[in-house]
Amino acid sequence: MKSYEILGQKDTRSGFGAGLHEAGKLDSNVVALCSDLTGSLMMDAFKDEFPERFIQAGIAEANMISASAGLATGGKIPFAGTFANFATGRVYDQIRQSVAYSHKNVKICASHAGLTLGEDGATHQILEDLGLMKMLPGMVVINPCDYNQTKAATMAIAKYDGPCYLRFGRPKWPVFIPEDMPFEIGKALMLSEGKDVTIFATGHMVWKAIEAGHVLAEKGIDAEVINIHTIKPLDRDAILASAKKTGCVVSAEEHQMNGGLGDSIAQLLSRELPTPMEYVAVNDSFGESGTPDQLLEKYGLTTAAIVAAAERAIARKA
Amino acid sequence: MESLNIVSSMVTMATQIRRDILRMVHAVSSGHPGGSLGCVDYFTALHFHFMKHNAANFNMSGNGEDVFFLSNGHISPVYYSTLARSGYFPVAELATFRKLNSRLQGHPATHEHLPGIRVATGSLGQGLSVASGLALQKKIDHDTHTVWVVTGDGELQEGQIWEAVMFAAHRKLDNMIVAVDFNQKQIDGSTGDVMGLTEWTSKFLAFGWEVLEMDGNNWDSIMKVIPEAQSKLGGGKPIVIIMKTEMGQGVDFMMGTHAWHGKAPNDEQLERALAQLPETAHGDY
Repeated sequence: MKSYEILGQKDTRSGFGAGLHEAGKLDSNVVALCSDLTGSLMMDAFKDEFPERFIQAGIAEANMISASAGLATGGKIPFAGTFANFATGRVYDQIRQSVAYSHKNVKICASHAGLTLGEDGATHQILEDLGLMKMLPGMVVINPCDYNQTKAATMAIAKYDGPCYLRFGRPKWPVFIPEDMPFEIGKALMLSEGKDVTIFATGHMVWKAIEAGHVLAEKGIDAEVINIHTIKPLDRDAILASAKKTGCVVSAEEHQMNGGLGDSIAQLLSRELPTPMEYVAVNDSFGESGTPDQLLEKYGLTTAAIVAAAERAIARKA
Repeated sequence: MESLNIVSSMVTMATQIRRDILRMVHAVSSGHPGGSLGCVDYFTALHFHFMKHNAANFNMSGNGEDVFFLSNGHISPVYYSTLARSGYFPVAELATFRKLNSRLQGHPATHEHLPGIRVATGSLGQGLSVASGLALQKKIDHDTHTVWVVTGDGELQEGQIWEAVMFAAHRKLDNMIVAVDFNQKQIDGSTGDVMGLTEWTSKFLAFGWEVLEMDGNNWDSIMKVIPEAQSKLGGGKPIVIIMKTEMGQGVDFMMGTHAWHGKAPNDEQLERALAQLPETAHGDY
């Protein structure tokens, strides 16, 4: 199992803020909208340097999404930011009609996703957003794993012409992706090659998958760890090749089991290469208030849970 | 004399568009003739006289030209006929309305790349926001052209409309003229019975808009109020025209009722309706 040095502890939302600032410098058509959460989404650097391109949308997310579609129609590249809950569930119809069906070049930037939002509780801890977004035809869905990857992903979607959903989070989290690694939309990232089981992880769970790989190595299990940062379009070739090699897989995500990354992988494998599979995800439940670590523990999104899932998957191999 | 001729030619065009609307919805036994007929005169006035637009070379961005958005997408028949008759796409294509593999979807969409359509509308309340976004883009890019919008009056029951009304005033989108199709009817009955929205003018005034009133089926009113609205462009406030129309305008048995909001005429009704709208030199599609 390959080892990764922790380069620091940073929140992925700060990676978004830094990436947005860079994207704004590189392309004067980049504009940013925010519904009264500028500080929470770390959009201040962009706002301060490009005040004429920053649009405070107020607590009116529906209008923000549709107005973004209008800005995109005129040639702008709007990054519309708010909490993941308000960026998806609250405005699903606006995204569906004004953005996805109309194929507008709008970047929906969703912070504070998942349980790691913490103490604010289940009203704000959306665990269904990846599913909601990936069901929309033509929507690119990305959930990067650390600060550097989020920054790179933000810059990458600015160059991609089409609707994108970018999901990131609130807590400080280990940074281990090299700062200069370019982000390739739709291209799975091999983190450690192995032969006994594949762990496909996205978002915050990627670091836990690396930790699980080391625990498994101590038990004599050679795990392959792959970062699926792009849930849609899914890197079919990378997933099928790894599943074929290891013969069993685990998915790990900070999301409902229904509709998440695991669902996408299972759908692919069931058709192309039926393979024993285990899930590490929230099982049809809302979250609650608590610290991020307490919540991940209670809802089974831990290193130990990934290890256990890997062992179950291996046991199911023919 | 010139303006008389202009109006006279637009009246003829409006009659042709009304014939198109009736024949389109009749052909597929579905669609929304009532509101479409009521808005024909305004659509005609904009697309054939007031708007500065390049129909022959449709450009999605709308940069350097006026842009029109239909927020209440269900009155697509009047939109499609007006777009075709003003040169966006062949008039013959109106025959494909609502049929399989057509670019003329039941509600307007960009997915099939129909020239003239810049965003999908149909789920109500979104078009005004989209238009506001494009009006803001024009401001940022120093494009002085106008963004024209039509919304329904029932559509104002959608909360998002008022988000957009706030946004447009806050951002001083004085390059946008919105016409609210004030026909006072919606699917379930009169707007007053379904969800009474009162004090229209004072509501928009309170939000910081310029407000004008117009009879959308009276050419004298149309030719007077639209220039008046245009004279307020650049004044720091978005502009709304409360446009009184008659649902079903031009066909006696479709007027004075909400029954024809989303119902197509049968063969006999079509014949009776077309008899009231004489054939024009433009010819049916």
